[in-house]
Amino acid sequence: MIFFKLILTNLLRHRIRSVISIAGIAFSVTAMLVIVTVLQGAVGMFSGILSSDSEIIVFERNVSDLFFSNVPATAVSTIATWTIVQHADPVLFGIVSSADHPIITCFGITASDARLRKATWTSGQRTSFAQHADDVVLGERAAEFMSAKLGNTVQIGHGSFHVIGIIKTANGFEDGGLFMPLASAQDFFHKEGSSSVITIKLHNKDDASEFKSMVKAQFPTLVALEDEEFTRSYSQFKILKATAWAVGGCGLLLGGLGVANTMIMSVFTRIREIAILRVSGFSNGQIAAMIFGESAIVSVFGAVVGLLLGTGILYALKLIPALHGYVDTSLQPLVVFVVIVLALLTGVAGALYPAIYAMRVRAVEALRFE
Amino acid sequence: MTTLSSKPVVVRAENIWKSYDDGAITVLNGVDFDATEGETIALCGPSGCGKSTLLHLLGGLDTPDRGRVSVNSKEINRHTNPLRLLRHEVGFVFQLHNLIPDLTLEENCLIPTVAAGTSRKLAMERLRELTDRTGLSHRLGNRIQKLSGGERQRTALCRALMNRPRILLADEPTGSLDEKTSATVFSLLLELTAKEGVTLIMATHDRGLAARCSRLVEMHDGRIREPFPD
Repeated sequence: MIFFKLILTNLLRHRIRSVISIAGIAFSVTAMLVIVTVLQGAVGMFSGILSSDSEIIVFERNVSDLFFSNVPATAVSTIATWTIVQHADPVLFGIVSSADHPIITCFGITASDARLRKATWTSGQRTSFAQHADDVVLGERAAEFMSAKLGNTVQIGHGSFHVIGIIKTANGFEDGGLFMPLASAQDFFHKEGSSSVITIKLHNKDDASEFKSMVKAQFPTLVALEDEEFTRSYSQFKILKATAWAVGGCGLLLGGLGVANTMIMSVFTRIREIAILRVSGFSNGQIAAMIFGESAIVSVFGAVVGLLLGTGILYALKLIPALHGYVDTSLQPLVVFVVIVLALLTGVAGALYPAIYAMRVRAVEALRFE
Repeated sequence: MTTLSSKPVVVRAENIWKSYDDGAITVLNGVDFDATEGETIALCGPSGCGKSTLLHLLGGLDTPDRGRVSVNSKEINRHTNPLRLLRHEVGFVFQLHNLIPDLTLEENCLIPTVAAGTSRKLAMERLRELTDRTGLSHRLGNRIQKLSGGERQRTALCRALMNRPRILLADEPTGSLDEKTSATVFSLLLELTAKEGVTLIMATHDRGLAARCSRLVEMHDGRIREPFPD
């Protein structure tokens, strides 16, 4: 109890300094939480596009980005005939632009694609899709920002397209994107006879290994990965995640420097007090525990405040119409756990030098000048 | 360790040398010193003669350049943390009370028991016993700022005795008090040490207080001149 009071007393003695340190950790935790959660949400949504009613994705081997992947139409037609395959949907990804909107994700798909089947059609009908080369279906948000309605003609890049449907999907990328018949997309992006990926649904999930072996044997230039495998190994996702943690980590590092500064000041301003504790028989471990305890309190408070603040910001982001569906703001327990652990470790690291300094305080020198 | 008085020696310093500034200032020149159980010893001498330095060395606050210090037969100056080693055996009282101002009287007194790992129950019993004897029991919850100079020094005395040390080292314990309070606090100091059989070694300039001790040790230029004639 007294030990805890000793820790708390010093924090309360310099309230402003303590609050600033807690704020430093809190802002760092907030930044890390928001950045990591938003980017992981984006990764999750992109994965969701690929795994729409499918469990395996086939794409060109050794490409750094799926936009550069070329899967020949022959592969699609061959794979679709394999008995273990329920359906094989080719998808061509592209980026198009319209007035005021330079980046819109375009999906070149077939009429049977799960994206159209599973979406909620707010206007138009799925049966109308791909009847004409200039048909286009817009995601609800894309229709909103393009101010387009059913039957309108929209200018996309160098071509004019006829809106034959508007769909609502849970995925932000799809909701803000547009869907073209595969042949039209191939023509538009000059990728005749190819797609970016094939999404595969098997009759039996247990046949995944066999399927991958068949692809490897028959199409050496292609690779088949199960959805989870793809999410884990896709370099773009890795870069995004690493960037998120690195940026968040830098934030925490700054917070840690704040804690270190506070703790150093804390030790310097109470050398005499530490000397008294030593004279009273405190061990090096007890002195260090006191300093670490102080920084742990700062870190825990900072982490709690940061988590609350971060959660608030994520909810606020969710409410912004322009970001609707783009950011998955659901907090992942693992992310929360990692952020808290990192905040605590930062606090401990920040207290390391001050604790060593405090352990080296020589009572006789500190008390000599009375 | 025993002496001719048949009481055991509790503190022994043998050929102690201490200097500062890389030997430029020599404070102790081969001091030999023994203290037996229950003695009250006054270290007297002019400022800078080495009284405080000797006390610090005897209590493990500092280490000698040469020589050996033993407390209850334990050679302390080879230990990495002699203060920790002596937490049950030595108590300190300084000229300034050296209490932690943000804590209450009770909390300040309990600090040594935290270091010693004493149970809360035993610590509180001991605290009540000491504060009853020193007349501070009504002040337990008061912060140090609210206490008078005499009360602060009595609190420091309680704190020093919390772990039932066998030796009490006091460096000008009444030096910051007025004459009347000084006399009161010193009487209390003698009374408590006598009751508990504690050996008191006190550095002081006050000849009046020194005369009330069982033994007077005169120091001059880092050496002990004993026995000092009454």
